[in-house]
Amino acid sequence: MNRHLLSAADLTHDDAVLVLDTARELAAVSGRAVKKLPTLRGRTVVNLFFEDSTRTRISFEAAAKRLSADVINFSAKGSSVSKGESLKDTALTLQAMGADAVVIRHSASGAPHRLAHSGWISAAVVNAGDGTHEHPTQALLDAYTMREHLADGAGDLAGRRVTIVGDVLHSRVARSNVLLLHTLGAHVTLVAPPTLLPVGVATWPCEVSYDLDAPLPASDALMMLRVQRERMDAAFFPSEREYARRYGLDARRAALLPEHAIVMHPGPMNRGMEITAEVADGPRSVIVEQVTNGVSIRMAVLYLLLGGAEPA
Amino acid sequence: MTSTGTTHLLTDVRPLGADPVDVRIEGATIVAIGAPGTLDADGARVLPGAGRVLLPGLVDLHTHLREPGREDAETVATGSAAAARGGFTAVHAMANTDPVADTAGVVEQVWHLGRDTGLVDVFPVGAVTVGLRGERLAELGAMADSAAAVRVFSDDGRCVSDAVLMRRALEYVKAFDGVIAQHAQEPRLTADAQMNEGALSGRLGLRGWPAVAEEAIIARDVLLAEHVGSRLHVCHVSTAGSVEIIRWAKSRGIDVTAEVTPHHLLLTEDLAASYDPVFKVNPPLRREHDVQAVREALADGTIDIVATDHAPHPVEDKECEWNVAAFGMLGLEQALAVVIETMVAPGLLDWAGVADRMAIAPARIGRRAGHGRPIAVGEPANLVLVDPQARGPVDPAASSSRSRNNPYAGRDLPAPVVATFLRGRPTVLDGSLAAPLAASRP
Ligand SMILES: [Zn+2]
Repeated sequence: MNRHLLSAADLTHDDAVLVLDTARELAAVSGRAVKKLPTLRGRTVVNLFFEDSTRTRISFEAAAKRLSADVINFSAKGSSVSKGESLKDTALTLQAMGADAVVIRHSASGAPHRLAHSGWISAAVVNAGDGTHEHPTQALLDAYTMREHLADGAGDLAGRRVTIVGDVLHSRVARSNVLLLHTLGAHVTLVAPPTLLPVGVATWPCEVSYDLDAPLPASDALMMLRVQRERMDAAFFPSEREYARRYGLDARRAALLPEHAIVMHPGPMNRGMEITAEVADGPRSVIVEQVTNGVSIRMAVLYLLLGGAEPA
Repeated sequence: MTSTGTTHLLTDVRPLGADPVDVRIEGATIVAIGAPGTLDADGARVLPGAGRVLLPGLVDLHTHLREPGREDAETVATGSAAAARGGFTAVHAMANTDPVADTAGVVEQVWHLGRDTGLVDVFPVGAVTVGLRGERLAELGAMADSAAAVRVFSDDGRCVSDAVLMRRALEYVKAFDGVIAQHAQEPRLTADAQMNEGALSGRLGLRGWPAVAEEAIIARDVLLAEHVGSRLHVCHVSTAGSVEIIRWAKSRGIDVTAEVTPHHLLLTEDLAASYDPVFKVNPPLRREHDVQAVREALADGTIDIVATDHAPHPVEDKECEWNVAAFGMLGLEQALAVVIETMVAPGLLDWAGVADRMAIAPARIGRRAGHGRPIAVGEPANLVLVDPQARGPVDPAASSSRSRNNPYAGRDLPAPVVATFLRGRPTVLDGSLAAPLAASRP
């Protein structure tokens, strides 16, 4: 494994499978009455969140605590990021505090990369979502969830078909998922209106469709991405209603999926927009499981990046 | 005639790369040129040229000196020093200062600061519109008639995107032989844009700055220039498509000139993958294909000149996240080095071509009669002595600029400037300032 986890592309096939296998072992811990492992005792994990995301922060926090690490939550939202100095200043502060790992969430693409490569800090850096770039632990927990349902919780996802639908242009989840799923041998199809696909998507290791119905009968997993209503104002699509009609997942579309297929969503959902409540809460939905698996995956990532070693 | 300045004898120098000669400079003027060893060394300080190349002092049509307003990034004095060390004898100071250079008062202030420093001639560029706001014309005539005698007008940093305003500006400056230098960037297509739009921007999750946003404005502007019979200059051409449009416009006889920056001649968008904002610039670094196109265009004259777009920024505006970092990079000190590396070494330009693209043509576009002159007896001694062989890694800390946002840091490049003369007075000798900066500014 690399020293940092900045992009899903940092993971080789073997790395990715190792993270998934490790997460599966650690998941067993969560089932026990005593949920803590002593593995990272004496190590310090900092959650550095420049952008609000209670869900992701809590997931990382739970993961670190179950490994007995000391957790510091550093919420930098509202501080003057506009001037930019704060990332460096914050990094130097964390360095002085002896952080062993920094989990960073930031609205600017590349901020984790800067943190890891600017020489400001010696800690391992985990990207917990940066701008419209990547969110690698989300991709890992998605892959984990798929593997549990589609590959008996072992090996990779060779030959599985995954369809990802929605605002790919602004989605860090989509970027990381395409990279990781490709690494794990899955076939990915992205579905979106052309306005919500980035220029150059043809160079990505996946297929692209403007039509949602077509890929559904062959999909093993269907992932619906959050679409912000404000995108409508920037003319990415004409209306909420039209978006939901063409790219939303309702019961009719869900019925086009094969029997075994699962429905996923990275959350938070816009019910009625990209997914109807009926489907989100229906039997194919593994959305709640994704949240649970997130803790195991983040435990695995912290464990592997920090080597499970003794305090430095 | 010789009373004011020192007399210099440059021996064994090759004007524009031609056969070696000796050149005698008295006061501000070249007084004699002869075969090596034939000129009178009497009373002259002799500078052995050792077969190096002598060029007219370089002229930059696009420099951000930041004064007034951002003296933490650069001053007229520090920028002039960087220019002199880059081989320049004249720079055009862009108008996006604070206050904006949109009145005779501000352009005269900058012009006086340049005179006081005395390392290069500083020719202020006037803003096209009041406050660069793109709403109404600044007092272009007043700036033209001022002591600064402004001939180049630009809202650089912003595009004059309103077609009517651009048309009026093009027309209006005809009265005093001015030129509008357009920063071609369709604003709606580039809102919050961060880098060239393409496969890489999609992968990096950085908002794209599409080539079409530059090309659409250039296409519109050349048609406007044709329609009203005016002179248009296009700043920092960065795409292959822009080159095609300008080539077409010139073939139609439209009076358009264009510049390319050193960084667009050398660097590509791939550097953005580092997320290091030292590579964040506007227009953005483009693809290899575009780099090849602008080199060829500079070689065949479709692009008339090299202009630096020297854009100093303080450390804190670059040592941060890409999205919030300032646009722009230094250029004065490495401009000639990059041209040698990308144009001379591969055989795309000879030394006469370098003199044309970096001195003669920019002086002509800016209407600066005292610069970009032939190396001949009776001409003003604005000269730069160039060692084409010297090279080494670029050290940003060695810069005379107040800023350090040098995109060439650590890169092995030519280090060509040996000496620079401004009207017979050496501003740079042995690659260093001839006099400390403090002393040269009273
Ligand atoms: Zn510009």
